[in-house]
Parts: sequence; C-alpha cells; structure tokens
Amino acid sequence: MALKIDKDHQRFRQIVKGKIRGDLRKFLTRGELIGREGEKAISIPVHGIETPHFRYGDNNDAGVGVGDGESGDPVDGQEGDMGPGGTQEGQHIMEVEVSLDELADILGDELELPRIKPKGSHSITSEKDRYSGIRTTGPESLRHFKRTFRAALKRQIMAGLYDPENPIVIPVKRDQRYRSWKPVKKPQSNAVIVYMMDVSGSMGDEQKELVRLEAFWIDAWLRRNYEGIESRYIVHDVRAGEVDRQTFFRIREDGGTKISSAFNLCRSVLESNYHPDEWNIYLFHFSDGDNSSESDSRECCRMLREQMLPHINMFGYCQVASAYGSGNFINVIHEHLNKEENVITSRVNTKDDIFDSLKTFFSPGK
Amino acid sequence: MSIDTLRPDLARHAAAICDIAASMGLDFFETRFELVDFDTMQQIAAYGGFPQRYPHWRFGMEYEKLRKQHVYGLGKIYELVINNDPCYAYLVADNSITDQKLVMAHVYGHCDFFKNNYWFSKTNRKMMDEMANHATRIRRHADRHGFEEVESFIDVCMALDNLIDPHSPFMRREADPNWEADQRAKADRHGHEEVAGYQAKPYMRNWINPPELIKKQREKMLKEREQSKGAFPKQPLRDVLLFLLNFAPLEDWEADVLAMIREEAYYFAPQGQTKIMNEGWASYWHSKMMTTRIAGDDEIITYADHHSGTVAMSPGRLNPYKVGIELFRDIEERWNKGRFGKEYDECGTLEEKRRWNTDAGLGREKIFEVRRIHNDVTFIDEFLTPEFVDRFNMYHYRFDPITRRMVVVTHDFQKIKQQLLFMLTNHMQPYIYVVDGNYANRGELYLAHKHTGVDLEIKFSVETLKCIQKLWRRPVHLQALINEEMVLFSYDGEQSQQQKIHDDLPQPAHSF
Repeated sequence: MALKIDKDHQRFRQIVKGKIRGDLRKFLTRGELIGREGEKAISIPVHGIETPHFRYGDNNDAGVGVGDGESGDPVDGQEGDMGPGGTQEGQHIMEVEVSLDELADILGDELELPRIKPKGSHSITSEKDRYSGIRTTGPESLRHFKRTFRAALKRQIMAGLYDPENPIVIPVKRDQRYRSWKPVKKPQSNAVIVYMMDVSGSMGDEQKELVRLEAFWIDAWLRRNYEGIESRYIVHDVRAGEVDRQTFFRIREDGGTKISSAFNLCRSVLESNYHPDEWNIYLFHFSDGDNSSESDSRECCRMLREQMLPHINMFGYCQVASAYGSGNFINVIHEHLNKEENVITSRVNTKDDIFDSLKTFFSPGK
Repeated sequence: MSIDTLRPDLARHAAAICDIAASMGLDFFETRFELVDFDTMQQIAAYGGFPQRYPHWRFGMEYEKLRKQHVYGLGKIYELVINNDPCYAYLVADNSITDQKLVMAHVYGHCDFFKNNYWFSKTNRKMMDEMANHATRIRRHADRHGFEEVESFIDVCMALDNLIDPHSPFMRREADPNWEADQRAKADRHGHEEVAGYQAKPYMRNWINPPELIKKQREKMLKEREQSKGAFPKQPLRDVLLFLLNFAPLEDWEADVLAMIREEAYYFAPQGQTKIMNEGWASYWHSKMMTTRIAGDDEIITYADHHSGTVAMSPGRLNPYKVGIELFRDIEERWNKGRFGKEYDECGTLEEKRRWNTDAGLGREKIFEVRRIHNDVTFIDEFLTPEFVDRFNMYHYRFDPITRRMVVVTHDFQKIKQQLLFMLTNHMQPYIYVVDGNYANRGELYLAHKHTGVDLEIKFSVETLKCIQKLWRRPVHLQALINEEMVLFSYDGEQSQQQKIHDDLPQPAHSF
C-alpha cells in the first residue's frame, strides 16, 4: 500500500538535498567518507532544518535521575565529554542519511556536469525480461495457481471460515496472484579507471589527503555514471606496482620519482585486459610534479601521445602543491601535449580546490 | 492489511477487556481498535496519531526518524491512541496476542483519562474530523496560492506553535467589554472605584482590610490605570498566536493556516501537561487488569517481561511510565492505610509512620479523584513524598563544566522536587508575553521573556523572532534576561540587532 506520508517524506528528502547542495564544498573535504561504496548510507549533519523555537539555553543542563550515586559521581551511561554545553554551534543538528550515489548525483547537479555518455555503439544495453515476481493483477494466462490458493487459505483462516474437517478453499478476486516480470539490464559497454599515484618521499601526508579525496570523488562520480565500472590502482616512486583499493588510499613510501614507470605499468595493464574498442578508459595521475629528470618527463609525454592517448577517453593529471621540488611535470605536459584534446590538467593546493578541480576534469564530458 | 479490519480473535479480546475495564470502574468513550502493519503505524505516529494531516515535510522527517529507529532496533511503537470520541487506537499486526491484550488494557486506561481528566475537558473530541478538515483546507490553500508559499508559511507558524497559553481555555483572560464599561460607569458615579478587599464580616472589616492598605491599593490601581491608558494590549498576553491572529496584517488564507496550527497546538497541549499522569494511569490499569483478570498462566511471563520493559528506568532519565505508575500505587496505598492528614504528618517517629495503618480503605477512590483533577505539576507537587524519593533512589544531577559530564548533585528531596516541577512547568517551554503591540507608537511588536531561572537560547530566539516578524511585517523586539543583563533583540525584516536595555530606549506599554 502506498502511504500518504511518502509525499511528505519525499519533500523532506528534497529539502535535505537542497541543504546538502548548499554545503557541498564542505562535504567534499570530509576525509572519513573515503572508502565508502555506492549504496551505503552516510550520515550527514544538516544545518538549519530544524524549526526554531523560543527555548531554554545552556544553563539548563540539569535533571532528575534514578539510581545509586553519591554527589559528585558521574551519571551512568554518559561518556566523558558528552552532553550538551559544548559550543553553541554543534547542538541541535539533525543528521540524515544519504547514500553515496545520491551524494554523487548532487555533486553532478551542483558542478553542472554533463552525464558521461558511453561510447557510440557500445552504449547499447540489452534488456531481458525475467519472471521473478508476483503481482495481484495480471492476465489469466499468468495466474499462479499455488500462490492464489495460498492467499485464499490465509484469508479464510484469518476470517475464521476455514474448517479443517471440510477443507474447501475458494479464492475470491483479491486472492488472485499472477506471475510478473522484471526487465534485467545487461550492460554491453564498460569503463575502467586507472588511478596512478606518486607516493615518493616528497608527497607528504597533506598531499596524500588531497589526492585521496580527489580520487575518491572521481571514483564516486564515475561509478555513478557507469554500472559495473572497474578500477585499477597503481602507485609508484621510482618503480611502479599495482595495489588494491585499500592499499592505494593508505600506502606511504619513500624514494625518488620516476613517472614513466607508472605509465609503463599502466600501458601493460591496459594492453592485457582492456581492449579500447570495448572499454571506456580513464586515466588519472596524481603527483606533486617533482619528477626525477626532465628526460623522463619528456619520455612520459611521448608515451602518452603515441601509445595511450589515441585509445583512451581521457587522461587527467592532478598536481598537488608540495613543499619540495619543482613541480615541473605539469609544465612539461602543457608544453608537449597542449594539442591533445583528451588531456586535462588541474592543480590542487588546498582542500577547497577539489571542487573546482573536479569541475575541470568532468565538465567537457569526455 | 486493510486498515479497518480487526481479526475476529482480537475483536473478541477487545470486547472482553472492555467489559473488564468497565467493571473496574473505568469510564471511557467508545474505543475502536484498528490493526495496521508497522509501516502504517510509523506513518500514523509521524502524523501525531492521526491518519490524515496536512502536507508538510516535517511529518516526513518524523517518519524517517521513526523508521530509522525501527530499522536499528532502537524503538518500536506498540500503541497509539487518539483523544477523540470515539477513541481510536492502533494495534501493530505482527505483535503477539499477549502484547495485543496488554496494549488494549493500556489503551482503555488512556481513554478513561482522556474522558475524565479535567485538563482534557476543553479539547475537541471530534479532532479526527477536524484534522482531516485542516488537511483539506491547507491543500486548497496550496492549490490556490502555491505549494511552496503555503509550506514556507507553515514553517513560520511551526516556529511559534509553543507560544500559546495552555490555561486560557479555562478562563477569560480578556475582560468582557460590557463588564468593563459597567465598572467604569460605576466608578464615575462614585467618583472613585472600589478596591475589592478580602471577604469579611462587618465587625472584622477594619482588621482584615485595613483602610490605609485599601487606600494605598486604590492609589496603586489608579496609577496603573493611568499608565496603561491607551496601552495595547491591556495586559501582557501569553497567547502570542492569538494576538498575531487578531492584529497581524495577515492575508485571509494565512490567518486560516495560523488559526489551524493554533487549534492543533491547543489540542495537543494537555497531553504535554499530563504525560506522567496519563502514562502512569494507563500503566497502572494495564498491570492491574493483566495480572488479575486477563493474562492466562502461559502469558504471565511474557507480560511481565514486556511490562518491565516499558517501566524500566535508565540512569539519568526519568521514565514517565514508571514515575506515574509508582506514584499512583503509592497514593492508593497511603489512602488505603490512612497515611495522610494532620495526625499522620505530625506523628512522632519514623517507625510509627512505617507501621501506620488505619484501614481507611480510601485508596481506589482517591486515585480516581487524582486522575480527575490533577495535571503533572500539581500531581508531583501534591503527591511526591520524601519517602517516595528515598525509595526510588532519585537524585538531582546537573552538568559539570569541569569534567564535562552530568554529575549527581544531591539526593535532597526539596531540590529534586523543585527540579522536577521546573521541568514540568509549561512543559519546559519559556514564558513569552506580548507586552506592547504598538511599541514606541510605531506599530512595532514588543515581546518579553519572563525569566524563571534559565536564560533563553540566543541563536534560536533570534531565528524565531525573524519568523514572528514575517507575520507582523513591522519590526519586532524581544526583551530577555541574558547573563543577568536585560537585552533587547530586534529584527526589522532586514537585519537583527541586540542591545542592552538602557533608559534612553522607549518604554513598552507594560514594564516586565
């Protein structure tokens, strides 16, 4: 039965989303979201949704309780540092749950990003009907005999009309049950994202945090747009290695930087697993741009131009500001690859830049 | 499950319990039970117990909260009963039969309370219909004036729905204009107006009402009258909503919406005023009925388990069910044993008090009287005894800023009682009065907070003030004591300001 309150509930969700939209920049910088998956709910504090009232303030924290306890004892069940009386902010804040998908949608709306369209002929998804459900209406040819009689029996027992001595069960109209079908989608085209991250000694914790956040939101956004997306994670210093998602977001190493090592590994991963005719390929590289040698940077550009760019949807390079080193790689890319359409670069200096950086990456809609 | 079918077995139990309740002296409106699934129950609970409410997102928010509670197993709604004639009560379909009986017995307790408690006597007993009418009217306004416009106006009204005067249904705050004119005419005839002294026999009059005092009072009265000449309103008013309804420049539909919200606030007010008593009364009766008449041998353990769940006390939180039921039991015992009155109070030793028993047997009669005339405040004030506080190990706690925890302060009876009464008075809502509707002769609205020991919360007060300004259109002010300083908050529609009250500011019509 559809409930009347659904409308009010939807309206509430709509208002909540509006509030989240207003505070989006703040949410993008929340580190603890990293690692969450699509359907999982995330608790988000929503400001200003509660109706204000004239009410008593802080010096009202008193009450009557029951139990043992001498004066001076803490009231049981209370953590230290709990209770009201903190700052004026922070109180009376309602928390609502939204899924990461919803958040990614809001992100999309707010950044005014176009939905990424799967490649030409590969955008076909095949649909098949599967008879997997039961409905109370339907054509007679689909009537489910057993379920119908079961419903009738249930009704008769409940109404006290069933007599075990004389077990006659007669279905009436509302007992009728019919088989029903659901369309099942099978995606034919798919996408893979390869994240490459520089984990050399020059990348400090702060830089890592920025990179992780940026990568997380890219991931959330792309997952929302492609069903069954694949992600591969590569970390590198002077050598590159493939890691899993957890490691990617945690790892820390030392050492120098040789970006071409990552590109080499990436190329071999793509060549062996992802044929460009069947896959939308996105590459992202995060670094502080402090490559070990100018010649390696040039080698990277050559590799990109000749072996990778022709096959992929997009190469995104995100450079974080670092206390060390030249940060010259972005300039080399600009110099050598300025004619390539599917190369996008952005610089991220603080958390606040993430929002704009995401916009730079996705607004062309590649 | 359709909403209006009660399973035959449940219908049988309901009829039996109805008879038992009546035979035990409970007196209730006809009570209709409806069986609903838990999702519908949550919807109805979100709507404040009614199947129909006007469209508003706040109900959706409430629904989401309830559903989350349910999903995480933090709370389950067992019963819901509406103060209405006939009384409607809801049963959750997947509860066990013992639970259903328990809920039914509990519901009859509530119904009796609704019907007989004085504080409910002025509530609309056809509220079910009224709520549906409100829903229709608000939908109609929304169709005509736009959904969002009406919704945001409701938002504004919601912020003010505690600015009512719960006592006003029982008295006439505004003097009858005819009576007033009459008095004035009389005063003119005599050249002065009489000050009513205490009633006294003629030969005692000069002692009970000393002439100098009467004279002084008359002077004071005349002075006050002089001061309040032209004052608007005549006296400070607590029913801010009524004042706005009468005098704020509202559109017709806005006035209609505000009137509905006010009406609903008044309908719900007694339930806030009698939470402890109402739950205590219902629990008292479900326990009495279940243990003596209803529950079978095979049900008594389940019953006891669930009953102790409802009346369980967690530290630091007072369970109204528990306090209520125990107080009613305590009263019954005291009046059964004659432990009341002068002799008992003055008897010498504790031991004597403990053994006091006059076999008065007035307990049952007394608790029926209590449920008729008291509300939570008078209930606690009258019947909370030091022995009771001692028996249940009650304590007073407050927030300790050093350890940042709630800490036990004392087990002192007076302190506990004082805290309880404070929490119950006006349902933990601050008292706000309209003291001037034409402040500084500029048509501005001047409100004042009556300080009772606790300051207002500033941020929310300013937000609420903004809502009032939306109705009043002209600037609005709120006077409040904050950190022992009189502060005036003002909002003129564009910016809000806050200043200490000093002598150069114009005086409102009534000083506060």
